[in-house]
Amino acid sequence: MTLSKPGPQASPLSQPFWDGCRERRLRLQYCPDSDRWVFYPRALDPHSWSTNLQWRDASGRGTVASFIVVHKPGHPAFQDEVPYVVALIDLEEGPRMLSNVVGCAPDQVRIGQPVRVHWVEQGGEVLPKFIPEETA
Amino acid sequence: MSHWDCAIAGIAELTPTRRTEGETTLGMIARVSAEAVADAGLEPAAIDGLLVGPQVGETPQHVPATVSEYLGLRPTMSNVVDLGGASGAGMAWRAAAAINAGMCEAVLCVLANTREATPPRSPNRNPIREFDVPFGASGANAAYAMIAQAHMHHYGTTSEQLATAVAAQRRNAARHPQAIFRDAPITVDDVLNSPWVAEPLRLLEVVMPCAGGAAFVVTSARRARTLRQPPVLLAGAGEKVTHRAISGAPDLLSGPLKPAMARAFQQAGVDAGQMDLLSLYDCYSIMLAVTVEDAGLCPPGQGGPWLAAHDLSAEGDQPLNTHGGQLSFGQADLAGGMSHIIEAVRQLRHQAEGRQIANARHALITGNGATMSEATALVLRREQ
Repeated sequence: MTLSKPGPQASPLSQPFWDGCRERRLRLQYCPDSDRWVFYPRALDPHSWSTNLQWRDASGRGTVASFIVVHKPGHPAFQDEVPYVVALIDLEEGPRMLSNVVGCAPDQVRIGQPVRVHWVEQGGEVLPKFIPEETA
Repeated sequence: MSHWDCAIAGIAELTPTRRTEGETTLGMIARVSAEAVADAGLEPAAIDGLLVGPQVGETPQHVPATVSEYLGLRPTMSNVVDLGGASGAGMAWRAAAAINAGMCEAVLCVLANTREATPPRSPNRNPIREFDVPFGASGANAAYAMIAQAHMHHYGTTSEQLATAVAAQRRNAARHPQAIFRDAPITVDDVLNSPWVAEPLRLLEVVMPCAGGAAFVVTSARRARTLRQPPVLLAGAGEKVTHRAISGAPDLLSGPLKPAMARAFQQAGVDAGQMDLLSLYDCYSIMLAVTVEDAGLCPPGQGGPWLAAHDLSAEGDQPLNTHGGQLSFGQADLAGGMSHIIEAVRQLRHQAEGRQIANARHALITGNGATMSEATALVLRREQ
């Protein structure tokens, strides 16, 4: 049996993020009141509680804060992908995002490694994944 | 005497099991509750407070009312405590606070779960579903493996050190008649040779889900002294909640248990070194290393060597999870967290037959939920 991978279930509030992904743009919320970027999308900035949030293009660059190699996925639809890398990416703008590091063998991934966004279609959506900077 | 002035007067636990076809959560709650109230030597009518856990799927809302109706209780204080693995410990101080506020006098705290071959998938719709699941990061394994990877990278913690603690807990479980892995001894090599789940964590470092239940009854210390069991006093409590998804964790190397334990120790007027039993939440091997560091038992980063260097048995220099921990006793969903309380009460009553810690007087209990997000710490004290 082939299960389809669960795609993102966007809310009206997060739709601009996923629309940006379809355009291959990493769009994040930015709060001018706290001068901080916000991810995931929220109704207010969790630092200042300001609702004065703007959508801005982020650089798409970051570093690996931690990562794992999944051998036994929590969702059966990912069984065909193992082993694959799930990583926490510290974006240049500040927020930390969970994603995948692709484009290299799992044993090539390191904490502190520079990575760059890499767009991957999955189930009709486009997901922001990351590849090592040197191969970008 | 601590300002809580309350005691755990009754305890009960269902034997952890892999399958419960034909059982209902309410039925298991009822059986374990009746045992705990009987253990305290109270009549059911004496129970006027009720704390329960969330029951996704079976009873999503109005859980205290449903449990009250099922058990024929009419509590004057009731609520859901939804702190994941910290729910059990979170119930203890909430019960004491309600008693001190005059809202009730005897609080039943109960958690139980069924487990069938094909559990229904709950229709979650939250940030984790939107921003973690599409990347193949469902469940807690990913989060704790991230923590382990960071700990190994920054501190040099090794799989061998963590495996030593896992094997030691399995030896402890062999001495508990209800432990699910009582008859399944393992060695350090068995742990290291078990398959990867989420590298750097292996199968035997990951808790196995099962079904079961646990309950305890909290009363005033004064009342507990009139009941049938040696009073086990709530000496200190602390709690902290910081985030939900692992990407939101303020720190991958130290968790909210650190301030929670500091508060519990401060209230109890003791320090980590005075604990006769460490009853530490162990959903994953790495959680033990982070917790002994956060407790102040060793410097940050030294949790791995600390676990490998100490004898964690009932006769050892640092008895830790003498029931086997959830890794070897069994994690019956939220009741798994409560198993750390039940074992501590047994040890402090001096009723832990076959694994009793000599002269046990103080125990540290930790509860930990979600992705090292929800933390509750308790210090329990045997009344001299």
